Amino acid sequence: MLKDITLGQFFPGNSIVHRLDPRTKLALTLFYIVALFMCKSYFAFALMAVVLVAIIVASQLNARVILKGLKPVAIIIIVTAILNIFLTPGEPIFEWWIISISVEGIIMAVLMAVRLILLVTGTFMVSYTTSPLALTDAIESLLSPLKKLHFPVHELAMMMSIALRFIPTLIEETDKIMSAQKARGADFETGNILRRAKAMLPILVPLFISAFSRADELADAMESRCYHGGIGRTRMNTLHAEARDYVALLGGVVIIGAVVALNILL
Amino acid sequence: MNPIIKTEKISHVYSVDTPFERVAIKDVDFEAERGEYIGVIGHTGSGKSTFIQHLNGLLVPSSGRVLYDGNDIRASKAATRDVRFKVGLVFQYPEYQLFEETVFKDIAFGPRNMGLSETEIDARVREAAGFVGLPDAKLEVSPFDLSGGEKRRAAIAGVIAMRPEVLILDEPTAGLDPHGRDEILGNIDAYRRSTNATILVVTHSMDEIAKSADRLFVFSGGEIVISGTPRAVFLRGDELRQMGLAVPKVTEIAHRLRDAGVAVSADIYTIEQLATELASMRAAIRGGGTNA
Ligand SMILES: Nc1ncnc2c1ncn2[C@@H]1O[C@H](COP(=O)(O)OP(=O)(O)OP(=O)(O)O)[C@@H](O)[C@H]1O
Ligand SMILES: [Mg+2]
Repeated sequence: MLKDITLGQFFPGNSIVHRLDPRTKLALTLFYIVALFMCKSYFAFALMAVVLVAIIVASQLNARVILKGLKPVAIIIIVTAILNIFLTPGEPIFEWWIISISVEGIIMAVLMAVRLILLVTGTFMVSYTTSPLALTDAIESLLSPLKKLHFPVHELAMMMSIALRFIPTLIEETDKIMSAQKARGADFETGNILRRAKAMLPILVPLFISAFSRADELADAMESRCYHGGIGRTRMNTLHAEARDYVALLGGVVIIGAVVALNILL
Repeated sequence: MNPIIKTEKISHVYSVDTPFERVAIKDVDFEAERGEYIGVIGHTGSGKSTFIQHLNGLLVPSSGRVLYDGNDIRASKAATRDVRFKVGLVFQYPEYQLFEETVFKDIAFGPRNMGLSETEIDARVREAAGFVGLPDAKLEVSPFDLSGGEKRRAAIAGVIAMRPEVLILDEPTAGLDPHGRDEILGNIDAYRRSTNATILVVTHSMDEIAKSADRLFVFSGGEIVISGTPRAVFLRGDELRQMGLAVPKVTEIAHRLRDAGVAVSADIYTIEQLATELASMRAAIRGGGTNA
């Protein structure tokens, strides 16, 4: 059920992908997205697919887990593909009433679906292989130049890590409360939207109450350990870029170059 | 007679196909008769909570079946829904599930979902509140204004109000003071006496369960490893200790006494038993004294 949502989930491991500096991974994700949106030729798409498969293999994650992660976005991908089939102008091969399907439309739909699948899977790979804390550390570090402009970088990162830390807790809690209300015959699956929305009340009320009391407790715990914002704070684990990070970044640049070349040449 | 509830080799695997895959219970065979008081004990993570959630169909076994009164509870949607009301499940820390504006409305949530009439709902709420000792005045206040122990009792009343034939409670006394614990256990007993319901209590307290249970099931690593009367189970104290479980304190005392040369029997598990034995031994010694 709720537990099956793998989005934003981290699968601990010790592969080369896991060990890369989180900042490198974020930068590479950016490169990856840019490269993906520059793809025009089929060969460029093929290259990106090969890159993604290579990353998945290197991460040593189970391919089934990754496929499962696509489930929540499957509908978006399908709808986009269908819209592309019907709305792309071109030479019609099939016409009926106001509907016409063209070869161009089918090609466009397939490419769009491939692009979305590559995009989603590629960006999910970061969260699968990076702990949420490392991720926020990386964001804080990458955004730190903004501190000069008095932008609250540390506070932002702290809020993000707290939010990320509590997502699984809240999901677990929601599951528990749902089970408890189901045990009293609550029905979340049938009825129209209004009925279903009303059926959520027995879940939302206890969930909010516990989330607020949790927030209170966390604030107390942080204060009693003398937390007072980012000023003068040091870290136990500082981020270090190593040779493999530079190699990976170089690889990212090469791939963007290759995509451009493939677009022009083929 | 048919067992009222029975499981046939049920197993449950969490997070199938992920790196977190975990077999929580394995091939569990279990049955309970009408009116029986059953204790489920086991180390943390041994699968007790997972097991009980199968009994009212909240969790679907990865393999195996659950039978209520001889019928598979998943035979039809209607059967599954029916079992929700017949097998009442009180989760651990149930007070966190209270949500209504008043205690009355919260207790009425279950009966209302059953589709009962307003008069019937009213009767059931008052009856359930009676079982857990909540006075009428408390029914109109917000559940969030109750004390911790009262909240717990209101939550239990919410399940009792469905008049389940099997009442399952997951660590109902966790986090309460001794007085609160006795009260909750008394409430459960009251419900059982007046309805002849089957009771199943998951607990970490050997002392509590030794007093009330007819039969105990010991979970370890997702399997039932020992079952039987409290007397039979606590006789196997060494095995229990190996699983990280304790025996009741009086059993411990009796065993120490035996080690010290006092000839009390090995199968003592309530204070009354030990008291009777010691009293009769003292009488025997006195009697012997006058003869000499
Ligand atoms: N929703 C879940 N998803 C994944 N794993 C779970 C889930 N619930 C329980 N588990 C795992 O299944 C195993 C059995 O858990 P369960 O809660 O049934 O144990 P328990 O005997 O009730 O323990 P406790 O005495 O601590 O309540 C544990 O190892 C736990 O980590
Ligand atoms: Mg438990």
